[in-house]
Amino acid sequence: MPDLSYIEAINQALHQEMERDENVFVLGEDVGEFGGAFKATAGLYEKFGRRRVLDTPMCEWAFIGLANGAAMMGLKPVVEIQFADFISTGFDPIVQYAATTHYRWGAKLPLVIRAPWGGGACAGPFHSQCKEAWFAHCPGLKIVIPSTPHDAKGLLISAIRDPNPVIFFEPKYLYRRQKMEVPLETYASPLGKAAIRREGSALSIITYGAMVPEALEAAETLSAENISCEVVDLRTLVPLDKKTVLDSVRKTSRALIVHEAVRTAGFGAEVAAIISEEAFDALDAPPARLTAPDTPVPYSPPLEKAFRPDADKIAVRARELIRY
Amino acid sequence: MSADSMNKIPGEKLLELLYWMMLTRRIDDRCEALFKQGCFPGGIFSQEGHEAISVGSAILLEEGDAIAPMHRDLGAYLVRGMSPGRIFAQAMGRQGAPSGGRDVNTHGLGDISLRIFGYVSHLPQSMGIALGAAYSFLYRKEDRVALTYFGDGASSEGGCHEALNLAAVLKAPVVFILENNQYAYSTPIEKQCLVENLSIRAEGYGIPGVTIDGTDVISVMETTREAIDRARGGDGPTLIECKNLRLKGHAAHDPADYIPPDLLRRWKKRDPISLFRERLENSGLLDKNTLAELQSRVEAETEAGVEWAEASPWPEAATLEEDVFSDA
Ligand SMILES: Cc1ncc(C[n+]2csc(CCOP(=O)(O)OP(=O)(O)O)c2C)c(N)n1
Ligand SMILES: [Mg+2]
Repeated sequence: MPDLSYIEAINQALHQEMERDENVFVLGEDVGEFGGAFKATAGLYEKFGRRRVLDTPMCEWAFIGLANGAAMMGLKPVVEIQFADFISTGFDPIVQYAATTHYRWGAKLPLVIRAPWGGGACAGPFHSQCKEAWFAHCPGLKIVIPSTPHDAKGLLISAIRDPNPVIFFEPKYLYRRQKMEVPLETYASPLGKAAIRREGSALSIITYGAMVPEALEAAETLSAENISCEVVDLRTLVPLDKKTVLDSVRKTSRALIVHEAVRTAGFGAEVAAIISEEAFDALDAPPARLTAPDTPVPYSPPLEKAFRPDADKIAVRARELIRY
Repeated sequence: MSADSMNKIPGEKLLELLYWMMLTRRIDDRCEALFKQGCFPGGIFSQEGHEAISVGSAILLEEGDAIAPMHRDLGAYLVRGMSPGRIFAQAMGRQGAPSGGRDVNTHGLGDISLRIFGYVSHLPQSMGIALGAAYSFLYRKEDRVALTYFGDGASSEGGCHEALNLAAVLKAPVVFILENNQYAYSTPIEKQCLVENLSIRAEGYGIPGVTIDGTDVISVMETTREAIDRARGGDGPTLIECKNLRLKGHAAHDPADYIPPDLLRRWKKRDPISLFRERLENSGLLDKNTLAELQSRVEAETEAGVEWAEASPWPEAATLEEDVFSDA
């Protein structure tokens, strides 16, 4: 098995799915010969040509609309949004059209929207946002946020094969940070299945995306203090694997929910509410959230470091929760 | 104005045009009455004054072509095979409707097997959808075309610009029909734009644009035919602006007293159906008997549609949470 980075795993999944299925095509800004702003689509243009690797002008509204129409005609568009922040310019085609169509009149709309997402790269307020909660509030959209190269490939393949619109957020902080063994053959990792990344007994850290490696690092630190943490990687927010979350919390009796997105009405609030409603009896402490504060994402390193949760902050919050 | 072109169209086809326009009008009137009787849980848009545009364009489509309509295109739905019964059922919120009671009036009135895309309220989303269908035709090297409609109001939305430009760049086989009925709800055209003809915007995208009389079904048909030929021939999109006036309120609830009576009076004289009927009569192509036959056919089909819809059951509340996602 070759070692691949996150971005290489994405690239491989795209190559393989386009080879497998003539209906799969990619579109977006600079995805063609240039290979995309992060090189996720490198080599596709050379192999599949312009028809299937479509460079678009800057027009998220129109090219997502195009993808919607093409999807209903039986094609499988994989849209790249250059940075997840720009998804707002194409909001209506996603949240009004794609999300509602199957429910409203039965047309299948198999669409994938890939978007390099999140901060940690000093990219400032408009190249760092985590807006998954916007979409979690729209029934009809699936939301996938892989945290490892292995998942990046397996979940992207599942997203492409899924008959529904899928928003696929890629923590760009992880694009080139880790390499791991990724099978060369194709495999589809199921949507709606969380992963226990580390088993533990005293506290469940429930998180996703780029906070997963931070949580694992914190768990390692805490284990030296005899605090045993379980780390739950949600992998997909919609559908949400409630069972794995609740089983974990029932086992550990404490829940710390961590995300990079801002706090108010973030996805963590939903997870906390579910735990409170469905596992209240098992809790030894109130479900806690560790999130970014309610501010835009700041640019300068000391500000962004203060903004973004990390392993140290997770460890601090975990200790508090254990002492509760 | 288009007397020559009318001569080239077989008499049968001309009568077909009249039939579809009359059916559209009859269903529109019937919808208004049903709305006023409280038979629709929600509202219903008016169609009066738009029949020549929707029928004159959609009539040219062939099997496999696609259509992404808006809310004044009842005629296009009918021509493309959406039955009156399903249309009434949609407004009544019944199971037999294409949306099974989940979407209101002409929204979500879609059927993939007919290649009719159900629209969302957010105008002009249909432009992007039609562009996607058109791209699928390019992708699969199919000799097909997609037709879409939007209003003068929607022409001020940013998406309109994006869709026209992207379609132009891709040379997509799509025809954009701008129904300039001089109002966006209560807002008159002079508060929406400073140009006399919106079609001049086509030049900014490097595509042909033309303004025609939207009350003249032959003019609509012949202009759309050229645009479709261009699209099929690989020459890309065309913008056709059809000028008319919305002859009733925005929707059945709206008395539209903001429309100056003079303006309305002038355009009522240009009712697209009366105009066309008179032309056919004057050319000897329509006699009293044929007209009476058409009227009773239209009446019978409309009433059969109402009956069919009324017989259609209400949706089961237990199905509320089904179908948010497709399983396979
Ligand atoms: C994006 C958006 N904003 C507002 C509305 C509410 N609305 C529905 S129809 C309409 C007027 C549309 O005018 P136009 O495009 O000219 O079409 P017409 O109704 O005149 O046929 C408005 C404002 C909408 N549907 N979509
Ligand atoms: Mg208008």
